[in-house]
Amino acid sequence: MTMLTRALLGATALCACGFAAAAQETTTLTIATVNNGDMIRMQGLADAFTEANPNIELEWVTLEENVLRQNVTTDIATNGGQYDVITIGTYEVPIWGRQNWLVPLNDLPAEYDVDDLLPPIRAGLSVDDTLYAVPFYGESSFVMYRKDLAEAAGVTIPEQPTWDEIKAAAAAMNDPDAGIHGICLRGKAGWGENMAFLTTMANSYGARWFDENWQPQFDSPEWKAAITDYLDLMNNYGPPGASSNGFNENLTLFQQGKCGMWIDATVAGSFVTDPNNSTVADQVGFALAPDAGQGKRANWLWAWSLAIPSSSDAPEEAKQFLAWATSKDYANLVAETEGWANVPPGTRTSLYENPDYVAAAPFAQMTIDSINAADPNQPTRDPVPYTGVQFVAIPEFQGLGTTVGQEFSAALAGQKTADEALAAAQELALQEMTSAGYIQQ
Amino acid sequence: MSTQASRSAARLMLSPAVLILLVWMIVPLVLTLWFSFQRYNLLTPDRSGFIGFANYAEFVTSPAFWLAILNTLLLVLGVLVITVVGGILIALLIDQPLWGQGIVRILVISPFFIMPPVAALIWKNMFFNPSNGLFAEAAKAIGMRPFDFLGQAPLASIILIVAWQWLPFATLILLTALQSLDSERLEAAEMDGANAWNRFRFIMVPHLARAITVVVLIQTIFLLGILVEILVTTNGGPGNQSTTLTYLVYQEAILSSDVGAAAAGGVVAVILANIVAVFLMRAIGNNLDS
Amino acid sequence: MARAVSTSRKAVNTALAWGVALLIAFPILWTFLTSFKPEPQAVASPPVWFGFDWTVRNYVDVQNQRDYFDYFWNSVILALGSTALGLVIAIPAAWSMAFVPGRRTKDLLMWMLSTKMMPGVAVLVPIYLIFIQLGLLDTRIGLVVVLMLINLPIIVWMLYTYFREIPGEILEAARMDGASLGREILYVLTPMAIPGIASTVLLNIILAWNEAFWTIVLTTTNAAPLTKFISGFSSPQGLFYAKLSAASTMAIAPILIMGWFSQKQLVRGLTFGAVK
Repeated sequence: MTMLTRALLGATALCACGFAAAAQETTTLTIATVNNGDMIRMQGLADAFTEANPNIELEWVTLEENVLRQNVTTDIATNGGQYDVITIGTYEVPIWGRQNWLVPLNDLPAEYDVDDLLPPIRAGLSVDDTLYAVPFYGESSFVMYRKDLAEAAGVTIPEQPTWDEIKAAAAAMNDPDAGIHGICLRGKAGWGENMAFLTTMANSYGARWFDENWQPQFDSPEWKAAITDYLDLMNNYGPPGASSNGFNENLTLFQQGKCGMWIDATVAGSFVTDPNNSTVADQVGFALAPDAGQGKRANWLWAWSLAIPSSSDAPEEAKQFLAWATSKDYANLVAETEGWANVPPGTRTSLYENPDYVAAAPFAQMTIDSINAADPNQPTRDPVPYTGVQFVAIPEFQGLGTTVGQEFSAALAGQKTADEALAAAQELALQEMTSAGYIQQ
Repeated sequence: MSTQASRSAARLMLSPAVLILLVWMIVPLVLTLWFSFQRYNLLTPDRSGFIGFANYAEFVTSPAFWLAILNTLLLVLGVLVITVVGGILIALLIDQPLWGQGIVRILVISPFFIMPPVAALIWKNMFFNPSNGLFAEAAKAIGMRPFDFLGQAPLASIILIVAWQWLPFATLILLTALQSLDSERLEAAEMDGANAWNRFRFIMVPHLARAITVVVLIQTIFLLGILVEILVTTNGGPGNQSTTLTYLVYQEAILSSDVGAAAAGGVVAVILANIVAVFLMRAIGNNLDS
Repeated sequence: MARAVSTSRKAVNTALAWGVALLIAFPILWTFLTSFKPEPQAVASPPVWFGFDWTVRNYVDVQNQRDYFDYFWNSVILALGSTALGLVIAIPAAWSMAFVPGRRTKDLLMWMLSTKMMPGVAVLVPIYLIFIQLGLLDTRIGLVVVLMLINLPIIVWMLYTYFREIPGEILEAARMDGASLGREILYVLTPMAIPGIASTVLLNIILAWNEAFWTIVLTTTNAAPLTKFISGFSSPQGLFYAKLSAASTMAIAPILIMGWFSQKQLVRGLTFGAVK
């Protein structure tokens, strides 16, 4: 008998005879989550879980992404045992799984229907076919644009735009005197901030982080073309202060109607079309991430996922929670209480086959197409020794990605030229890869 | 009163504080020294072992190192200058007879009670933000382009935030010192025909010297450790424009999870902090003796 | 310095002082105001001053996301606990430094202050490992000890400078009457030092309340104070200025109110020996 059915039976017994479960000891699960809308919604709905599992209490630690990552990394690497469930991304899962820091999840119950998970996402959360985390929501990236502004400016954005078309559209829609900027892109330094976007943009220009021998490639013409175009776009048509803008800042700008286009996570689709928070909810169009004719589009693959640290003292109860929070039932629960458009996207095939969802979420088809178009095992035009689309799945990337990100952020702020930033990035990457032992001297 | 008995009693009473601080200082310091000679990255535990001075070499040759030292000094000096000068001016002002002195004083000291993350969040979002901040609105109102504070003047923006937090502290100490000034001396000087500037320069400033020393000393200790304000606003950027030594250590410790390099950076930071402290003591320490 | 001045001069002073004071306090007042705005009006351009639709919705939203009072009580316990523990250790130390000074007293004092210069982030992993070994992670007692240690040098110094101004003859007199050392401290010294101790206590509470590094990294839920509370609001999705303002107001209001009410006591002893 699996944990879930046992728990369900336990819950039924509780209803039947009142105190069957009272004899059981209460287990407290400490859950570390990131402060995004979907996670906060889950906290609100978690009563449904604790009612069905009266022997489990939930304690939430909700933190900003960087603080969360810092606290969780310190704890798991020192075997601190503070958390029973942690929220991590597709970057951490394979690295941590390989270190045996996470509890394998191959024994999830049949009702969980693990085969329903989207194949690219599931692959990203597995090491050698062992699943180490389950996706809470998955995302790729795509173009969001203002239909009204595009129409007024006389441009059309095709479903599969090229970078040249994006540039032209940005130029046409840009009207800073009216408070409208042609395009909003990430500029804040960080491996998960500007480098997530820039790496995908570089991929679409045919660039790569490293060649097969781990030699950094920032001195390649492809990187130069990508960075030059990025800086041109942002300097000519971007909002002021773009070097401090990450996902959240750009979301705020777009919702306020200050951006003509925004290329970012597909998960933003439900936020920008939510009339409660967005002033432009009924005017948003979607398109695939742009390409430059190199066979790769500039779209990434990411999943905020739930995992159990090996140091947890209640892994079985934690599994019950994981199975609940990422189940089809949870999706139904959100649909009942908040509407289909607010269901966490990008994790299950069944969701995209559900006509109710597809009808309620105008961004659904574009999201699934974007996710399926991303290939973490072959992210670039030329062969690479690493996996991961908008990141390089090695432990050193957090630090390296962020210091390189600072260089491009400085270039965006006008403190460096593209060439200076690229040269500095090349130097930093060479130094890090040599001292970490990837490049043998 | 220094009898033998009271001397040993004094030792006894002093010892808990000294012992506890000794442990608190020695244990982490020894561990830090130990780690600083190890290859120890949290994320690659299998690659570990003694590597001599490699961590130090890496930290000191990091491209951001010298800039970080410069930024640290600029941050400390900038905040000290603003708070001491501003503190004296405000103390002189609110020491004058005026209506509603109590409320004025409450308003002036308020920033001292604000926790660093809140202060940084308020300034970043509600004031500096070039799209939605009040400074941008003010610029637009007078027909200027909004200035991108955190992008174009990141260190100056952080100095402004930190100075805002510490201005009340300086003001309070200077105000107390000012109030202890014998008003008869001032009046006598006024009788002798000394103008306001001379009275300030030759009577008030010498009287305030000790208070200024205290402000400089205490603030320096806190300012060398400034981290949260940078973390919330600029993340040390753009580039390394607002990276301080403490932030550089943070970058190694947290972003790269490199315990060895962070420990080496910590040792370097402690050495530099102590150089500053010795320098400070030489320069102004004598003011503290009565 | 009560001097007779003309009413017009006083008026000028008043206007100037109020202007400066309001300017300094403006970020706080603006945050407070923004916390009662609906989100769209919080970022309205041009900004809305008072004519908005006042609402407490933001506070309700923040409270619904996490229970403020859990964090509030932890902040109170950590601030008071670390202050009390610090006093117990610092009073005897400051007493002996002030009344039985040795040749090295000043060096000792400076050394104590220099322990504050170690960047916390450099010793994060060593301290974390020690906390795991001792089972102190996410415990109030662990945090109380750490906060006490961080602020101990400041407490000792403040008390030292204050004690030093108490004339030694009074203690001599007490000793003549046959008071023991403990009684001397308890019945003679402490009452005289109350203003200094009060001000030390207040400063220490403020510093402990606002400590935002160790309180964030060494806690998860059981001991998490308001600094941790606010770090979950620093960058959420979408329009959030009003909610951020509400959460900020909740985090700073208790200490701000305490500070306002006790500012006289705080100021009286906050001299660090700067006043003769």
